[in-house]
Amino acid sequence: MILLTCPNCGTRNVSEFRYGGEITKRPNPNTATQAEWANYLYVRKNVLGVMPEWWCHQSGCGQWLIAERHTKTHEVLKTYVWEARPQE
Amino acid sequence: MWKLIRHGLNGNKPLPRMWRTHDLKDSYDVVIIGGGVHGLAAAYYLAKYHGITNVAVLEKRYIGSGGSGRNTTILRSNYLTPEGVAFYDESIKLYENLSVDLDFNVLFSQRGHLTLAHSDAAVRTMRWRAEVNQIQGVNSSLIYPDEIAKLCPHLDLSEHPRYPILGALYHPPGGIIRHDAVVWGYARGADERGVHIHQLTEVTGINVENNKVISVQTNCGTIKTGMVLNATAGWCSLICDMVDVKLPITSHPLQACVSEALKPFLDVVIVSGSLHVYVSQSDRGELVMGASIDPYQSYSLDSTLGFLESLSGHMLELFPSLSRVKILRQWAGVCDMTPDYSPIMGFTPVEGFVVDVGWGTYGFKAGPVSGKRMAELIATNRTPDLIAPFYLGRFEDGALIGEKGAASVGH
Ligand SMILES: Cc1cc2nc3c(=O)[nH]c(=O)nc-3n(C[C@H](O)[C@H](O)[C@H](O)COP(=O)(O)OP(=O)(O)OC[C@H]3O[C@@H](n4cnc5c(N)ncnc54)[C@H](O)[C@@H]3O)c2cc1C
Ligand SMILES: [Zn+2]
Repeated sequence: MILLTCPNCGTRNVSEFRYGGEITKRPNPNTATQAEWANYLYVRKNVLGVMPEWWCHQSGCGQWLIAERHTKTHEVLKTYVWEARPQE
Repeated sequence: MWKLIRHGLNGNKPLPRMWRTHDLKDSYDVVIIGGGVHGLAAAYYLAKYHGITNVAVLEKRYIGSGGSGRNTTILRSNYLTPEGVAFYDESIKLYENLSVDLDFNVLFSQRGHLTLAHSDAAVRTMRWRAEVNQIQGVNSSLIYPDEIAKLCPHLDLSEHPRYPILGALYHPPGGIIRHDAVVWGYARGADERGVHIHQLTEVTGINVENNKVISVQTNCGTIKTGMVLNATAGWCSLICDMVDVKLPITSHPLQACVSEALKPFLDVVIVSGSLHVYVSQSDRGELVMGASIDPYQSYSLDSTLGFLESLSGHMLELFPSLSRVKILRQWAGVCDMTPDYSPIMGFTPVEGFVVDVGWGTYGFKAGPVSGKRMAELIATNRTPDLIAPFYLGRFEDGALIGEKGAASVGH
């Protein structure tokens, strides 16, 4: 069972959250090529390992947050809001 | 049957092995990664129709350990898009003849398949699907509760449920099959024709030179080859990563379960998209039940209580009389989901690297046709018309094939 920690509500069952998928970077709409758009819309890394991903505490406070979760063991290493993300 | 009688008279000597084990050769003409129905069928048809027998099927665990041994075995061809209908129809026809072709009973039971409609909108979609199907000669029609009651009297057809049953898409040739038999039959047929099946052989890397595949690395050694078929379903992204081919695919668990054995009462397959449930009764009397994918990306094969809870609730909405029935066991598989609920088949930007992936929750029924057409593609180096719409570049071209309505929980 996956438990996620919402910054507002604390640790809650995954069934309260809506999954938002891998974090992807939107290309610049003024210059993006067809291939860049397709890449952004459809291509996914689909990693086996830890990845940052979007979740929304839908049945709770409605906050969107990021979880770093292992896609096989389901261990959640960290959760944080977008503003608090590690800088690239 | 004669085999069984002879075997009985023989004092129960063990039957011969269905496929042999071999040492890994230094090179193969074709290397197929993934020992599921797709990889094995491709190997079988390469040998059978094209005389290409210097072929290796590499499987990291045992054959059928992926989705091919974990699915709920529902076969049908009543899809929504003309491309989908033509393609799946060829697969069902191959399945109809498969026991004879493989000389192995795959227990295909064409008992009829009902997709329930719980809203006016769903009834309209079913009518649309029935029209698309009929135009292409696929037996499929819209029926209403009076007829549904004749086919499946145990369904709650009253107005009481939260999602009352308003109609159904009825597809008489749809049904269920013995999935293990299909996998083993293809493996035996391929083995007889000279294909090497290597279990416990995991691909760990693929070497490319000048944009051409030259060899495949495994835990058992390196193999020279100029042609690799990726047929690893849930794990296909990991294989494509090795050659830097990007896929619009995410892997999600799909769970299923069976109940204790009951007397035979259900002789059609029942599917409800709105309630995320599909069910059939096996020859042993167990109810085989499944739902939709887990909502998050994962490579985990763990079962969850959440699945069991919601599936049981939905089952009881359809069949209130089953409330005392116990669940015997549950399991999960990993599904390779695409944005348009259609597969990705064909060439990739890397020469000698072809894919047959994106089978999501619906790929077992497509095993024979995919194997046959991918074999043709490899042998002739050209894409057969039937699978041309499923090319990888369609996402960039904006030529998606919208099967969501028919494929998402439809199986
Ligand atoms: C619970 C469940 C219910 C389903 N119900 C239906 C249904 O009713 N009808 C239907 O049509 N479809 C159904 N499906 C989908 C169907 O099972 C799959 O789409 C189909 O079996 C895929 O077949 P495949 O041969 O492509 O892949 P798989 O059978 O998954 O085989 C891929 C193989 O690749 C191997 N592999 C992975 N990585 C490597 C590596 N690095 N090296 C070597 N080998 C590797 C794996 O071990 C695996 O055996 C269901 C799936 C599940 C999980
Ligand atoms: Zn919250």
